[in-house]
Amino acid sequence: MNTIMLSHGSGGTQTNQLINDLFFKYFSNDILNQMNDAAQINIDFKKLAFTTDSFVVNPIFFAGGNIGKLAVCGTVNDLSVSGAKPLYLTSAFIIEEGFSMANLEIIVQSMAEEAKKSGVKIVAGDTKVVEKGNADGLYINTSGIGEIYKNVNINCANALPGDVVIVNGTLGDHGMTILCERNNLGFEGDLTSDCACLNTLVDCMLEAYNGIHVIRDATRGGVAAVLNEISDFSDVTIALEEILIPIKEEVKGAAEMLGLDPLYIANEGKLCALVPEAQANQVLSAMRTHPLGANAAIIGRVTEELGHRVYMNTVVGGKRLVDMPSGILLPRIC
Amino acid sequence: MKFVDEFRSNEYSKLLVENLKSITCNKINIMEVCGSHTMAIFRYGIRDILPPNVNLISGPGCPVCVTPQSYIDTALELSSRKDVIMASFGDMMKIPGRKGSLLKKKAEGADIRIVYSPMDCLIIAQENPSKQIIFLAVGFETTAPMTAVTAIEARKKGLSNLFFFTAHKIVPPVMEALVNDPDLNLDGFLLPGNVCAIIGTEPFQFLSKNFMIPGVVTGFEPVDILQGLVTLVSLISQKDPRISNDYKRIVRTDGNPKARQYMDEAFNLVDSNWRGIGKVPKSGLEFNREFEEFDAIKHFGISYEAYDGGSGCRCGEILKGKIKPTQCPLFKKLCTPENPVGSCMVSSEGTCAAYFRYYKEL
Ligand code: SF4
Repeated sequence: MNTIMLSHGSGGTQTNQLINDLFFKYFSNDILNQMNDAAQINIDFKKLAFTTDSFVVNPIFFAGGNIGKLAVCGTVNDLSVSGAKPLYLTSAFIIEEGFSMANLEIIVQSMAEEAKKSGVKIVAGDTKVVEKGNADGLYINTSGIGEIYKNVNINCANALPGDVVIVNGTLGDHGMTILCERNNLGFEGDLTSDCACLNTLVDCMLEAYNGIHVIRDATRGGVAAVLNEISDFSDVTIALEEILIPIKEEVKGAAEMLGLDPLYIANEGKLCALVPEAQANQVLSAMRTHPLGANAAIIGRVTEELGHRVYMNTVVGGKRLVDMPSGILLPRIC
Repeated sequence: MKFVDEFRSNEYSKLLVENLKSITCNKINIMEVCGSHTMAIFRYGIRDILPPNVNLISGPGCPVCVTPQSYIDTALELSSRKDVIMASFGDMMKIPGRKGSLLKKKAEGADIRIVYSPMDCLIIAQENPSKQIIFLAVGFETTAPMTAVTAIEARKKGLSNLFFFTAHKIVPPVMEALVNDPDLNLDGFLLPGNVCAIIGTEPFQFLSKNFMIPGVVTGFEPVDILQGLVTLVSLISQKDPRISNDYKRIVRTDGNPKARQYMDEAFNLVDSNWRGIGKVPKSGLEFNREFEEFDAIKHFGISYEAYDGGSGCRCGEILKGKIKPTQCPLFKKLCTPENPVGSCMVSSEGTCAAYFRYYKEL
């Protein structure tokens, strides 16, 4: 079987082969092809967004995606929810010796696909190969640059009383899929990661109303973490309505079994937006015309109450705190 | 409407709460024995919607919380031995022992794996023939049968490198200890649906026969819990000490005979120490003669004596329902889920953790 060897990372012939035969094959574009040490990109005096993220997901392949797709979507989403049009990405690979070349190709291919879909170019990259046992298969880092739209001011501190909280679909899909696959929990039904680039959805939201106060992607820590941050930064209280929160039946079932709360589980294709009530419907309808927003829903609102906290009105008419997640998610015993 | 949603229905819940309010009775104390009940009660804010005369007390029904600190200390010691792979359920990882936690040991390099079922240990044992695998066998009647089955399977496969450090406990005896406690004034019990699914309802009949206290077996969805409370409060107000099964979709009167058979095959009933509560006669499970070879305590020649942490933690009183976490001076100050002092703050089903996570003056 064709696998990655230490020599693929040593900077010589094999490295060049890997770059030419694999990375250029998929990522090729005018800027990357110049093969400079740093990409030279022309950006006039514009407001930029710049971000970086590393991906170490295990399993590397999962229902709904793989580490490569995740690496592109993750960075594209970080740019996009900051109100920027994602433009250029870099990608660095840390590969464990012995990694299958065929699998690497599948991963690179899906990165190229996602990049194309979301209209970004991968303009620089790096490859390191580490000895067997020193990494868990493959790690990818992506950094990205985007141009912030004019007349858009999205910020975690912008939420105001009266804003409604909108999500673009079901919560907890990605984290639950990974948890179940990693541990062979064999839940029936189809758990699938929601991993997707959200930039076209964000475009369509901003087109509907460019005054959206906050947009965040609800990755690690789930919607609970993001809303707690927003409530903190904006110094507002957010009340969620449990009955309105979209969660897939499979996710609900698995979460119930493991004693986990879907609000705290990671998503990779879900965002949370805070929109003034008057514009909520136009944003919501716009979202629903987009495939990634078909199940968009209003799940709560910013109240007039003093203090910054997040709580939930439960399905049975009680109230409970939705606190900042802490520690790692550890499934319970029984 | 799908299965889970039916049991989280808003209208039906409101109806049940109205029902509950219409039953007239004095102030009553109800204990929910099971940690999963405690968690669900907090998660759905059920305490807030109950009539003020119904007082819910959280009982000792979280397996992690009732495991003595000495168990954790011994587990920590075992995990640092050469050639040992330790396997544990997730919630045990953060419990503080005298010298850190399993999570900390893992970070320091000990081979500790989080498993979802003891059966996972069979694979670990097969894949690592030169290592000794120790499973931390903790839990009530819900997990004990799986430990038994795993040992039976290990024997069939001829595995000689898999051991169990057992601290399995059974629920009915500790409830007897609680009703005998003169400081507690319990009027009724919400009985643990998952435990009853294994042992049936018979083992709880002593409540009504010997103590005239009613109990209701119920599930873990909010509607289950409210329905269970309606039944229980009516039984109490009618002075009818019956054990009612309101969880018939899961629980049969005779439970799960097959699971019990596995437990009987592998275990003996022994006295057991419950954290903060002390020794409760015939409330623990230990491998019997036949299965002795799987007993980590015997195999590794550990001397294991029960003691609790003496750090000012009031878990004991919490587990007996005598005080609320907010009455513990360490609560939220020195003791938080990140830095737990006692086990009730660690487990996702611990009473202190439930208070911390879900309960604030709203
Ligand atoms: S708050 Fe912490 S120290 Fe106090 S009883 Fe609970 S677990 Fe123990």
